[in-house]
Amino acid sequence: MPKVYVVDREGVEHELEGQPGWSLMEIIREAGLPIEAACGGCCACATCHVYVDAEWLGRLEEPGEEENAMLDSAFEVRETSRLACQIRFRPELAGIRVTLAPEF
Amino acid sequence: MAVEPIRTDIVIIGAGPVGLFAVFEAGLLGLECHLVDNLDKVGGQCAELYPDKPIYDIPAIPVCTGQELVDRLMEQIRPFRPTFHLQQQAEKLSRTAEGRWRLETSAGTVFEAPVIVIAAGAGSFVPRKMPLPGAEAFEGRSLFYVVRRRDDFRDRRILVAGGGDSALDWVLNLEPIAREIALVHRRDEFRAAPDSVARMRALVEAGRMKLFIGQITGLEGRDGELEAVRIRTAEGTEIRYGCDRLLAFYGLKMELGPIAEWGLNLERNLIRVDTEAFETSVPSIFAIGDICTYPGKLKLILCGFHEGALMARRAFDYCRPNEKFVFRYTTSSTELHKRLGVA
Ligand SMILES: Cc1cc2nc3c(=O)[nH]c(=O)nc-3n(C[C@H](O)[C@H](O)[C@H](O)COP(=O)(O)OP(=O)(O)OC[C@H]3O[C@@H](n4cnc5c(N)ncnc54)[C@H](O)[C@@H]3O)c2cc1C
Ligand code: FES
Repeated sequence: MPKVYVVDREGVEHELEGQPGWSLMEIIREAGLPIEAACGGCCACATCHVYVDAEWLGRLEEPGEEENAMLDSAFEVRETSRLACQIRFRPELAGIRVTLAPEF
Repeated sequence: MAVEPIRTDIVIIGAGPVGLFAVFEAGLLGLECHLVDNLDKVGGQCAELYPDKPIYDIPAIPVCTGQELVDRLMEQIRPFRPTFHLQQQAEKLSRTAEGRWRLETSAGTVFEAPVIVIAAGAGSFVPRKMPLPGAEAFEGRSLFYVVRRRDDFRDRRILVAGGGDSALDWVLNLEPIAREIALVHRRDEFRAAPDSVARMRALVEAGRMKLFIGQITGLEGRDGELEAVRIRTAEGTEIRYGCDRLLAFYGLKMELGPIAEWGLNLERNLIRVDTEAFETSVPSIFAIGDICTYPGKLKLILCGFHEGALMARRAFDYCRPNEKFVFRYTTSSTELHKRLGVA
């Protein structure tokens, strides 16, 4: 199984099983890590905000206008900010590393 | 002065799709409903979070948008003349001497009813607050998430944060009475009515307001009085903007709120109900829709509709203890046709 690495808000790194076809948010939520994902992955809440490790950023599709607009209501948005529900996991993303953004 | 309570059969907390359809099921049984919602409109999540997105799993409606669903529900329940009490939160619940429920809202509306139905979704929609250290100390004095009194902003140096309609509308609305006004937004693109964006840009052009592209990183001030806001611009420089009012719009989130204090059986912020009538651990208080939980619960609109039908059946017994319940179909019952206004 391809792996996904997720750093929680305490700085602890977790190795998760990457289910191809699932969104990154679903993988993180399924593992029981604290990602609120209030809207269930509909790009309507920004509570699945993560920072993607810089070297992986370029390998993802660019965020769409809807994701960008939703990021407007997130906090501490950086260059590497993404909404995890908008990133679909595929085998080529094996090893991707993301950090959970602060909760609010 | 004591307010005269509104007496009715059922008070529904939450005017989301599930609360709306409950009006229909209760109405068929001849029960009258009043609804309370914190939002300024009906429709709950469908209207607030995804009015333009399609829904495909409403039985017999192959596709409709969130707002279309709400509009259709409003049309369907019109014969039962529900009364809506919007922009107020259901706050206090107590028992009257006669054993009815007494519910008070944040706007001071008081209801008395034999049945309370909680259709509160994931809670009230409330403004999302800034997670900055120390922000709380300024809240309500110099940091605001909604405008309650426009005069609080007169002759002030105001910073508005956000890039949507609320932020733009308030910039335009407050600019004439402000001593100084500025807008800060993460990127130089705005998700607001194009006309508002054009008017805001014209004000910037004319030197009547400032626009910062960046994010707020800190607040400065003392005793709840804001003196300056630190902003990290998109280019990465830190600036300090002197102001004494900050109006921040970071969208809405849902928070269970006062319902948590009502002594109901809660499981991770959801209300435990039975699956016969969706009644809570307290008789004659029901919970339906996203807010309720039971083995196998799915947070789907269609499940909420079913829950409303069974709830209404049991609510009838509390509202009409001296009448006998008769099960009837809308297709053929003249009694129901009268209630629906089609007889
Ligand atoms: C983006 C998105 C897409 C979705 N797509 C689908 C789909 O395709 N199919 C589907 O079946 N479901 C879908 N859902 C889920 C669906 O929207 C919910 O199941 C549904 O809205 C629940 O309805 P409800 O009436 O129980 O609660 P809500 O719609 O959450 O409404 C609850 C209302 O109660 C109010 N309230 C709460 N507490 C108080 C209080 N104390 N005082 C006053 N008011 C209060 C709130 O302000 C809110 O307006 C989707 C959800 C989202 C976010
Ligand atoms: S889960 Fe809500 S935006 Fe991703």
